[in-house]
Amino acid sequence: MADEEEAELNETQKKEIAKWFLLNSPPGEIQYVAKDVKAILDDDELYQEAASESFPLYNKSHMISLELLDRSGDVIITSFGELGKNEFLDPRTAQVAIIDHVKQVCTEVRPAMDEELPSPYIEEFRCALDAEILKYISEAYPKGVCSVYCGSGKDVEGPGSDFELVVVISAARHSPQNFCNGSWRSVWNIEFKDDIQLVELSGKLLVGAHYFEEGNVQLDAKHECKDSTIIQSAEDCAISVASIIRHHETEYLASLEASYSNLPDTTFKDLRRKLPVTRTLFPWHNTMQFSLTRDISKELGIGK
Amino acid sequence: MEAAMGLMRRIPPKHTETALSALLTLLPQHSSDLLSQVDQPLQVLSDIDSGKEFILCEYNRDADSYRSPWSNKYHPPLEDGALPSAELRKLEIEANDIFSIYRDQYYEGGISSVYMWEDDNEGFVACFLIKKDGSKTGHGRRGYLQEGAWDAIHVIEVGPEEEGTAHYRLTSTVMLSLTTNNDASGTFSLSGSIRREMNMDLSIQEGHLCNMGRMIEEMESKLRNSLDQVYFGKTKEMVCTLRPPSEVVMRLPET
Repeated sequence: MADEEEAELNETQKKEIAKWFLLNSPPGEIQYVAKDVKAILDDDELYQEAASESFPLYNKSHMISLELLDRSGDVIITSFGELGKNEFLDPRTAQVAIIDHVKQVCTEVRPAMDEELPSPYIEEFRCALDAEILKYISEAYPKGVCSVYCGSGKDVEGPGSDFELVVVISAARHSPQNFCNGSWRSVWNIEFKDDIQLVELSGKLLVGAHYFEEGNVQLDAKHECKDSTIIQSAEDCAISVASIIRHHETEYLASLEASYSNLPDTTFKDLRRKLPVTRTLFPWHNTMQFSLTRDISKELGIGK
Repeated sequence: MEAAMGLMRRIPPKHTETALSALLTLLPQHSSDLLSQVDQPLQVLSDIDSGKEFILCEYNRDADSYRSPWSNKYHPPLEDGALPSAELRKLEIEANDIFSIYRDQYYEGGISSVYMWEDDNEGFVACFLIKKDGSKTGHGRRGYLQEGAWDAIHVIEVGPEEEGTAHYRLTSTVMLSLTTNNDASGTFSLSGSIRREMNMDLSIQEGHLCNMGRMIEEMESKLRNSLDQVYFGKTKEMVCTLRPPSEVVMRLPET
């Protein structure tokens, strides 16, 4: 029976399973998962295929950051900066990083071409916002990196048209020696709507943490929020957008802390109480009597 | 096999079932090892005779049927299905009754089942199972949880009696997940699984049930406590390292 199944299991199915494991790796752990998947598959060619299909997706969805080859900064791997399969724009330095997805390193850097960059008008808004966000990141995230991309309308030359900027914040911390990894990812879509003279923000925040010393416990938290402000000069827009982002992210962190502090006495209690309803340890030595009292209370219709 | 266990340590606990079936597909030659070493979320069936629900596991399974602790019958019916001895069955019935009360006091709902069987060295093995759905739509009294599951598996090997004492070896696993969801704070989900062991030599004066019950109660409290304090605590610590609360950031430049 087992042999039959093994024979029936074709390469595609095996690869799909391998990809499932790789894509479900916790933050910062895909290399460890890859090692185990490789050992289990025991087929190098198949593993390479699975890896080359999974790593790009994982890298982009986890928004990992890689150090640029010339140490001039970090490039965040996201779909917003994706120019080619292995090419990602770093808008701040106007450089394009060529990366190796599976090794998760930057192998080459080239200057961005003019057509890959936004118009000077858009760049003014982008650059001003980048400076403000950078200030915020350095205060709020000890290990954070950020990028501001132009999401749409990069060729808009002046007032009168809509465009969109995207702020990406990515902070990761890996300490496998302490059996703990985690990541914080924020994506803020910022639409500049010319007809109503409003800047509309919508944010998606993703927080994950994994602790695995003699166990496996994971936090997975998501939050979405919206806000808006009026269109002003590039500098004033940047300041108000950054302060909106700061405000929402600070509030979200506070609500995460509140969720944690509610655990012991409210949420966790709905699974199992710390002490029985009687508030004393269970009377194992006296269960005969105990079941008797239960029968009596049942008869009298009190409790259950 | 080592690599398979490595993966199970990393894959999000809520995907345990998918991960296990994926591993069984890739490694059919290790299926019995995988099934005994990887705990999976508990399933439930309804006893045809009593209408009460019981929990399924490897220990009450024979072929494709599962024995109910309430009626002692296999579901679906199975001729010659393995049964515990009359004496052990008596203890099993008592254990199920008392454990139901214990479960109700700590869990305010949920389902429990106890199974016992003779082992090869003159002792016996008992398996205590608890499944609690703590969600709003399940048995969540307080209604905070969008989704909430607690599965506990306690297996106790009881050695033969020697001079009035017996050796008890308890292996316990707790698998849990809890998710809260609201407009203000979004989705907050914690899931996890931990396994621990406890060994004790105890006088059997007060009976096996009393000894096993106390060990399980102590173990469950320890596991709940370490999940709460250590495991959840560590993930919270991680979040606060990624983005320290503002008071900390504000204080930094001054110090």
